[in-house]
Amino acid sequence: MLFFIEVALSGLMAGVMYSLVALGFVLIFKASGIFNFAQGVMALFAALTLVGLMEKFGMPVWLAIIGTIAVMIALAWLIERLMLRHLVNQEPIILFMATIGLAYVLEGMGDIMWGSDVKVLDIGIPQGAWDWLWDQGIYIEKLEMFAAATAAIMVIVLAIFFQKTRIGRALRAVADDHQAALSVGISLHTIWVVVWSVSGIVALVAGIMWGSKSGVQFSLSLIALKALPVLILGGFTSVPGAIIGGMIIGVGEKLAEVYFGPMVGGAIENWFAYMLALAFLLFRPQGLFGEKIIERV
Amino acid sequence: MFYRETGQFKASYQDDQALFPIDQDRYVIFAVLFITFAVVPMLLNQYWLNAILLPFLIYSLAALGLNILTGYCGQLSLGTGGFMAVGAFSVYKLMVAFPELGFIPLVIISGFITAAVGTLFGLPSLRIKGFYLAVATLAAQFFLIWLFNKVGWFFNYNATGMITSPPMTLFGVIITGPEASPVAKYYLVAGFVAVFALLAKNIARGRIGRNWMAIRDMDIAAELIGVRPLVAKLSAFAVSSFYIGMAGALYFAVWLGSAEPTEAFDINQSFLVLFMIIIGGLGSVLGSFLGAAFLVVMPIMLKNILVDGFGTNTALAAHIEIITVGILIIGFLIVEPHGLARLWRIAKEKLRLWPFPY
Repeated sequence: MLFFIEVALSGLMAGVMYSLVALGFVLIFKASGIFNFAQGVMALFAALTLVGLMEKFGMPVWLAIIGTIAVMIALAWLIERLMLRHLVNQEPIILFMATIGLAYVLEGMGDIMWGSDVKVLDIGIPQGAWDWLWDQGIYIEKLEMFAAATAAIMVIVLAIFFQKTRIGRALRAVADDHQAALSVGISLHTIWVVVWSVSGIVALVAGIMWGSKSGVQFSLSLIALKALPVLILGGFTSVPGAIIGGMIIGVGEKLAEVYFGPMVGGAIENWFAYMLALAFLLFRPQGLFGEKIIERV
Repeated sequence: MFYRETGQFKASYQDDQALFPIDQDRYVIFAVLFITFAVVPMLLNQYWLNAILLPFLIYSLAALGLNILTGYCGQLSLGTGGFMAVGAFSVYKLMVAFPELGFIPLVIISGFITAAVGTLFGLPSLRIKGFYLAVATLAAQFFLIWLFNKVGWFFNYNATGMITSPPMTLFGVIITGPEASPVAKYYLVAGFVAVFALLAKNIARGRIGRNWMAIRDMDIAAELIGVRPLVAKLSAFAVSSFYIGMAGALYFAVWLGSAEPTEAFDINQSFLVLFMIIIGGLGSVLGSFLGAAFLVVMPIMLKNILVDGFGTNTALAAHIEIITVGILIIGFLIVEPHGLARLWRIAKEKLRLWPFPY
């Protein structure tokens, strides 16, 4: 039983890490209807920049983080200026493909600027087992607890940002209806820069967590593929959906890997999450918390 | 002036419904076929045939398949790599088990096997739409690759997990395996592509194709006027997977010679083929070819220019190449989101009036 709890808990924690990436997807999809495939690469790019600023320029952690945030905001502005602005009103699939192109560009740029070797990211997040639970016989990484706490704080901050601030209201207006938002004087361009900046910062947080866990390297960009089932499970448009979807996927994946994996030869985590999400989708085609799809002729 | 239908009178319904109703189109097709089969093998050397034309033709076939599903029927799929792997592994098993059947029937059978698998993974499309479906097809991609990696039966329990195509002959000429000559391979693949491209054009203009397009343009409206979504969507998945499976079979057996699932059929293949149809033009047979040509030739050209022309080292060249590909894709989508096929359509309109534009 203890083992079961340990597996489930560590799945829960891993799930939160997926949610961190999925959050960035949701923000951009909500505000602009763009399915941003580059989110994983953005996390990699942010982490690479952070490590680069710390190593090459010897910046202290807090300064490097501020610097990286500045870089991500500049990047958001560039993306809006050079790419999105010219793609207004295109079909979703075209926008999706454009973000894959963007992923290629960011990947190449990150490698050229900071080199492609594996880097260690250490910004002082506690590592190792969590003592109190370890005494009970359960092994939980401190890092993962830290990530979970960060995710919780981030969701609260985002919720306040969306609900209480002026820009947050504008964001929700754009999400509801582009044209109506334009007609009451909300600038789509500004909103897009804001949204991409916010999701750039979310990508930075995800990059820090994943980078501290397993080093900053190319495979970091593949966590985007991990976040996709979380996304379809939770619904593309729901922030709580991303969190709860991540937890369901994380727990399901870990339990399946431990109890069901050995029967079929292991390494099932690559596809199991997708199958799990697919099973949920057959009952709720818009995801658990997605907006109900209303279709008219 | 040169491209116009004036004066071409149709005397029967059959003429009117011909695959290429305008004479000029017909001549162009004959010319292209003639060049493909008679001129190209004489003119080009082995490097061109092997490194550029073979992958171009094989990817065209795969792009054709995906275009049927995504371009004509509107179902976004990211499982292309997985389905190509199904084609490759089934042709491998068949070549080892039934070599007496001959290579061409085996490729077609493996196409049918892939069609069955594709239909199975197409079932969620009846309930799920848009990007939700795209992500769901990723399940097919990851599951299939995992399956071919883990289950020894598929690669006949050899230690490396690689599959290698045994040599086979057609009319006494070796067409697979390391001894096969590039010209023989080229003829084989070009034959496949020519036949099935014409077939695709034919399917697309017929009843099935129109059903697909109705589903693509608005599935609820299509349902209301009597198109059965079950039949239309699943048939699109089946036909598309049939093409992709054959492409995968040729890709492995004729071009690569040996393959390993995680390397040869990973998710980047799916994206590559999707890029081809988007850059070429969704819902266009010609577009599949143009897109494949663009994405096969461009990286090779870029690499040659960077490494040979400027002497950049290969690692940096690889980074620059990937950035350039990304920028070109974005630029292309901004300039012409409907693809190269649209450019050709515009050119045709211009040609009708040229040289008297009014």
